[in-house]
Amino acid sequence: MSIEAMPPEDAVRGDVPVLEVEELSVTFARRGEQPTRAVDGVSFSVAAGETVGLVGESGCGKSVTSLAVMGLLPRRGVQVGGSVRLGGTELIGAPDRTLRRLRGSEMAMVFQDPLSSLNPTVSIGTQVTEVLVEHRDMGKKEAVAEAAALLDRVGIPDPTRRLKEYPHQLSGGMRQRALIAMALACSPRLLIADEPTTALDVTIQAQILELLRELVVDSGTALVMITHDLGVVAGLCDRVHVMYAGKIIETADRHDLFARPRQPYTGGLLASVPRLDAGRGVPLTPIRGSARDAIPWAEGCAFAPRCDNAQDDCLTEVAGSTVPLEYDGPGRELRCRHPLTYPAAPAGATASGAGR
Amino acid sequence: MLRFIVRRLLQLVPILLGLSVLLFAWLRALPGGPAQAALGERATPEAIARYNELFGLDQPIWVQYLRFLGRAVQLDFGTSARTGRAVTTEFLERMPGTVELTVFAMVFAVGVGIPLGYLAARKHGSWLDSTAVVGSLLGVAIPVFFLAYLLRLLFAVELGWLPGSGRQEVRIDATHITNFYVLDGLLTREWDAAWDAFLHLVLPGIALGTIPLAIIVRITRASVLDVVNEDYVRTANAKGLAADTVRRRHVVRNALLPVSTTIGLQTGLLLSGAVLTETVFAFGGVGSAIYDAIFARDFAILQGFILMLAVVYVLVNLLVDISYGLLDPRVRVR
Repeated sequence: MSIEAMPPEDAVRGDVPVLEVEELSVTFARRGEQPTRAVDGVSFSVAAGETVGLVGESGCGKSVTSLAVMGLLPRRGVQVGGSVRLGGTELIGAPDRTLRRLRGSEMAMVFQDPLSSLNPTVSIGTQVTEVLVEHRDMGKKEAVAEAAALLDRVGIPDPTRRLKEYPHQLSGGMRQRALIAMALACSPRLLIADEPTTALDVTIQAQILELLRELVVDSGTALVMITHDLGVVAGLCDRVHVMYAGKIIETADRHDLFARPRQPYTGGLLASVPRLDAGRGVPLTPIRGSARDAIPWAEGCAFAPRCDNAQDDCLTEVAGSTVPLEYDGPGRELRCRHPLTYPAAPAGATASGAGR
Repeated sequence: MLRFIVRRLLQLVPILLGLSVLLFAWLRALPGGPAQAALGERATPEAIARYNELFGLDQPIWVQYLRFLGRAVQLDFGTSARTGRAVTTEFLERMPGTVELTVFAMVFAVGVGIPLGYLAARKHGSWLDSTAVVGSLLGVAIPVFFLAYLLRLLFAVELGWLPGSGRQEVRIDATHITNFYVLDGLLTREWDAAWDAFLHLVLPGIALGTIPLAIIVRITRASVLDVVNEDYVRTANAKGLAADTVRRRHVVRNALLPVSTTIGLQTGLLLSGAVLTETVFAFGGVGSAIYDAIFARDFAILQGFILMLAVVYVLVNLLVDISYGLLDPRVRVR
């Protein structure tokens, strides 16, 4: 398959999704160790100009999902199943050459830690221009001019000087902007941002998110936002998939999710966000236990051991019949036997109230 | 940059002062003196006293030291008690041999070590990898004099493929300008002399280069394995760069940083004299000179050579520090 085989530009815009992920599964199997299923039957799609959030605690499989989409997981000891289509092109099982041609040009990624994600011994300029030289067949001079324009576009002042500098000479926010510039160099149709603001302080976080939002609006890029930060979700995402132990457990539009979380886990996540208006001395309400307490999906609901709503049938699932992800009203899907319920017309119901 | 170099050179002063005091004390503590060594065991006390008077060895030690220091700052380290020639002359004749040997050994170690270590890392877990790991362990563990002896026995004595002693065949009547024999041969267009001097480097060079080789293989391998898991390599792959570009620009360059440290340290060590190897191959470098001088209690040679080697060692490390900046912008000196 090649880029030429992809549907024309207009067909991709609108309803036809840029990215379709179907039944994606990732299993890590090391010799002499029990195989671990990090991603387990994950399906979602992202349309042009849409921002989709993958939300969950550390270890829920959200980063592995994004690496699997990009084809960046190591080959050895990793089994990837299911289907990932970028504008109709199947990526799972595609040859390395095809993936390298698509990465950086059609799909790009912004990583979590901007310092370690930049090569300390190569100038910012080279790290930006190498994408242009690789995918856009630019000459050195042309690429340098374009790189300066890119840095300018992501809000780096004095770009010509910055191009000659090295990552250690830039501030954290500046580095993340440089990484975003590299990701945007070829105007990709899909941008995956893996916790792009985690390593930054709050004011810089807001700037970076605003930058990403503008880019999506301006260029119609499909954005996958991977985060554990519900503030990011609230500010940026159109649709949200909540992940737990490798599976999507709730899907909803941002507004629905914040107003009426159905999965007790989602409710717990929302309730554990510290609130400025909560008053002094009111303790935070964390979710009990940690992600390590999950049980295998084959034995019931993975979240059941930590769930306040859990009942006997959550834990005594017959092997093989995992709790299904089911239709839960328009635009919503839910994997839960005993979801949070709301009285009719729950006007004014707050997220934190619902979670308790 | 200039300030950095000047500061480093000034650091040499206390180093050399301290070293010279230690040397002086150590040499005087050796059993038997130069007189004994020169005149033999049955020398009469009168003869020994005259010898000592002649060379100023009857003076108090601090007088001897100050005299030595006064001359040393003018690069005059006295004359060898054994050969009667100026220490500086001896050094200028011998050091080029050691430099040639070191260059050969390090080119061998780096030229084989880095590609081998890199391949071992790329084929991590393969037979090549295991062989490289075990082989390099063996290389570090084998005593260098034993290896030198084995190489000489096999390739020089038994098979006769390569010369096993000296720096050049005596029958070759070579002209010497710089005392770098290979270089002299090239300068004077005496090609056979240059080739012969080069052949004399092969066996001692390989013996000497084995430990650096083994260390370089191990460090390169570990460093490459480390770097391929770095986030910035993932970024490079996410950018869709050709696999070759990722390796060249983002893996190898960073992986070589720790290797360059090792190369610098090992070069310094080899330059300061490979006593054992040079002795086995009767190679006329500074190492064998020091060896001979210890037996002859040739204080002048020992003091002069060791101090000048200390200067060489510091200069080599200075060069290494400066060259780091070329590889790693984070430590670039301004």
